[in-house]
Amino acid sequence: MFLKDYISDVYNGVSSLLKGMRKTGYYFTHPKEIITEQYPDNRATLKLADRFKGEVIMPHDENNEHACTGCTACEIACPNGTIKVVTKSEVNAEGKKKKAVDALVYRLELCTMCNLCVVACPSDAIKMAPNFEHSVFDRTKLTKILNKPGSKIREGIE
Amino acid sequence: MFSLEGITTATQDWLLIKFNPTIALAIECVIVILLSISLFALLGLVLVLMERKVAARIQIRLGPNRVGPGGIFQTAADTLKLIMKEGLTPDTADKFLFNLAPFIVMMVAMLLLAPIAFAKNFQIWDINIGVLYISAISSLSVIGILMAGWASNNKYSLLGAMRSGAQIVSYELSAGFAVLTIVVLTGSLQISEIVAAQQNGWWLFKGHIPVIIAFVLYIIAVTAETNRAPFDLAEAESELTAGFHTEYSGMKFALFSLAEYINIFIVCAIGATLFLGGWMPLHIGHWEGFNHIMDYIPSSIWFMGKTFFLIFLIMWFRWTFPRLRVDQLLNLEWKYLLPISLFNLLLVTIIAIMGWHF
Amino acid sequence: MYNQTEIIKDTTELGPEGELVVNMGPQHPATHGVLHLVVTLNGETIKKIEPHLGYIHRSIEKMCESLTYRQFIYVTSRMDYLSSHINNTACALLVEKGMQIEVPERAQYVRTILNELTRIASHELWIGAMAMDLGAFTPFFYAFREREMITEIMEDTCGARLTMNYIVPGGLMYDIHPTFQNKVKAFIKQFKEKVVEYEDLVTNNVIFQSRTKGVGILSAEDAISFGCTGPVARASGVNCDIRKIAPYDVYAKVEFDEVIETAGDSFARYMVRIKEMNQSIRIIEQLIDTIPEGDFVGKTKNVLKLPKGEFYQRVETARGEFGVYIVSEGGTTPHRIKFRSPGFSNLSALSHMAEGSKIGDLMATMGTLDLVIPDIDR
Repeated sequence: MFLKDYISDVYNGVSSLLKGMRKTGYYFTHPKEIITEQYPDNRATLKLADRFKGEVIMPHDENNEHACTGCTACEIACPNGTIKVVTKSEVNAEGKKKKAVDALVYRLELCTMCNLCVVACPSDAIKMAPNFEHSVFDRTKLTKILNKPGSKIREGIE
Repeated sequence: MFSLEGITTATQDWLLIKFNPTIALAIECVIVILLSISLFALLGLVLVLMERKVAARIQIRLGPNRVGPGGIFQTAADTLKLIMKEGLTPDTADKFLFNLAPFIVMMVAMLLLAPIAFAKNFQIWDINIGVLYISAISSLSVIGILMAGWASNNKYSLLGAMRSGAQIVSYELSAGFAVLTIVVLTGSLQISEIVAAQQNGWWLFKGHIPVIIAFVLYIIAVTAETNRAPFDLAEAESELTAGFHTEYSGMKFALFSLAEYINIFIVCAIGATLFLGGWMPLHIGHWEGFNHIMDYIPSSIWFMGKTFFLIFLIMWFRWTFPRLRVDQLLNLEWKYLLPISLFNLLLVTIIAIMGWHF
Repeated sequence: MYNQTEIIKDTTELGPEGELVVNMGPQHPATHGVLHLVVTLNGETIKKIEPHLGYIHRSIEKMCESLTYRQFIYVTSRMDYLSSHINNTACALLVEKGMQIEVPERAQYVRTILNELTRIASHELWIGAMAMDLGAFTPFFYAFREREMITEIMEDTCGARLTMNYIVPGGLMYDIHPTFQNKVKAFIKQFKEKVVEYEDLVTNNVIFQSRTKGVGILSAEDAISFGCTGPVARASGVNCDIRKIAPYDVYAKVEFDEVIETAGDSFARYMVRIKEMNQSIRIIEQLIDTIPEGDFVGKTKNVLKLPKGEFYQRVETARGEFGVYIVSEGGTTPHRIKFRSPGFSNLSALSHMAEGSKIGDLMATMGTLDLVIPDIDR
């Protein structure tokens, strides 16, 4: 009885090990199962999810116009103080004084990509972009001004 | 067709014509030393790359592919890096023993190279107690490991070295018994005679099931002896960070890992010699035509092919199995491998006496 | 409690009875982070384990006190980063409960599916890490292949792979991606094909079984007294699945079994997690085709203010019971916040479980506790 148990122990043990080896052997002989992504060689074909939260950008149209009113809703919504809105007062065509954004300072190094600013923005002026290659040699380069120089607010956005 | 056969005799004849016997012997020694050192370097590079590639393929990855085509110069680049790295010696370590240990491990690996028959008539030292010599020398490597563990003055190293000591000493036994089965069948300890005895078929096929069991036992035992997973308790990355070579860096670390791979090569070479006929081509009984075709393949290729097959097998183990616990490791040896190998040796002896083998 | 010199002294000298005192961590391959265990050894046998914490303390609880009820949710992803969705859900549920916000059914369904996907992803990672602790490197890559499909689904819908911040008080931040349902179904199909691989490679492996069976036994009484929850307690036979006890979202509507094992050893904990993955798949299968149309977020005020009082919400994360406790003074930020993280109480049982076993067993025990250090330290 003892001998029978002993032999069945050995048999079961060895067969379970062989099963595992069959599995790894299968993968060894099937190179098509390889899942390595050869980044950065595949940069050209790399497709990120369209919602991927890489950094905050401010889309500008062809006339160099954006939709930011300088309302600072994003600044308030941000939990880390990533965004700082610097406003100026502008005189519009009708001669009225109006608040406008001078610089939307965005500190990428503080950003946690939580998307709260984008949700908070009433005029959809900012959005998340799927850029993820952010490394720079100088930390100051991570502080960005999102509105392009000379840009102004699009007509009809309050 | 290129073969290593005959090169040795030709060289010796030429040397004896040119110089007197003593100088010829000295020159031969130098040649052998240079050859074995370059073999070491080459094997280290090839085996590390092979391991990484095998691991990658099993783990559905690509493995090293940046340095050179297909990454073939990766290990050379790694070696360059290790040579340039500072070899730190811890402040509280026993400095002499600490620096000596890697060389002892290397030396043992080098000594083991002597009786291996790489091809027909291509052997450094055809000693008449070849198998005994191998068993004796291979157990010396534990001294180097214990020395490294003790001298590092690190608790992980010490634990790793102690585990390694217990492990190598126990698994020597079943490796020895597995080797003995072939000695019993052949009736000789000399490597060349063991190979010659497999002229008409390898022992693995000639010796019935007991030799197959002995082969399996041998593979398990040498995997443990070389501290390879699933018996890599001496290194046990997740438990002891790196075991006995935790404190080593730079070239001294490289020597340890080189010695590990050389040891794998050597035990696999011995396994190939004993069970798979060494450099002997695949011969089946009286199929003259088939045997003749097989003879066309050079003996060195047969030997290397068999050795690398066994090395692949050991690498396959490593990347499939979890690690054993230290008491289970000893259980496996003393409760399973040793009784089985003793019983198996008895069977083989009966077979040898009755002449039942082919 | 321990000053620096004391710790250094521990490691360089032998203990009073000649024991070895080994510092495992804060940098150690098996502690998966910066956990520091002071292990007293007698040869290979463990005599005592003392976990030292605080290496990754970021004072998240204090930090949350200065964040509004919309903002503090994202921080909780940084605690148990492997079940960030579930943590976020807990916070959102608490705010919803406190302010009586009605969550649209669509959001509830999606939340539940995402929570279960997170649970599977976490368990997949755990299998890999656990096998690696025991010395098998290969299952890690196979497990990550399946996990990658989940992270891709998360990436499509939530825009991030690990710290999503997709759940807001009142529902979801934005609607699910149009390909969400198809991708989840594709994942379920692949998962069902591949989960059997772990059986060959890990579950049935004789070495794995002998490494885990009868190792690190935790009785049901001890599990309760240490406050263990989740798979750790369920492997000891304790009914503690919050999804059953106090259902949230749509867990009350779906059919699933609470996985209970009674052995209480490492293998039981392993089996609980494996079976839990199958239960998660079962939940997702019931919900994925019946996601109702409608709003993805309920009507909420622009500025959230919890009424004065105390609030508690608990959920079942991949590791156990995760609780959020908020004391509100009626302002826009919490007055005091406390997280009950499952990892902390599970870790406290480690010493009890591993005493008297070998160093190798410590790895098997710690592996099955599924510790995430930022969750313990916060």
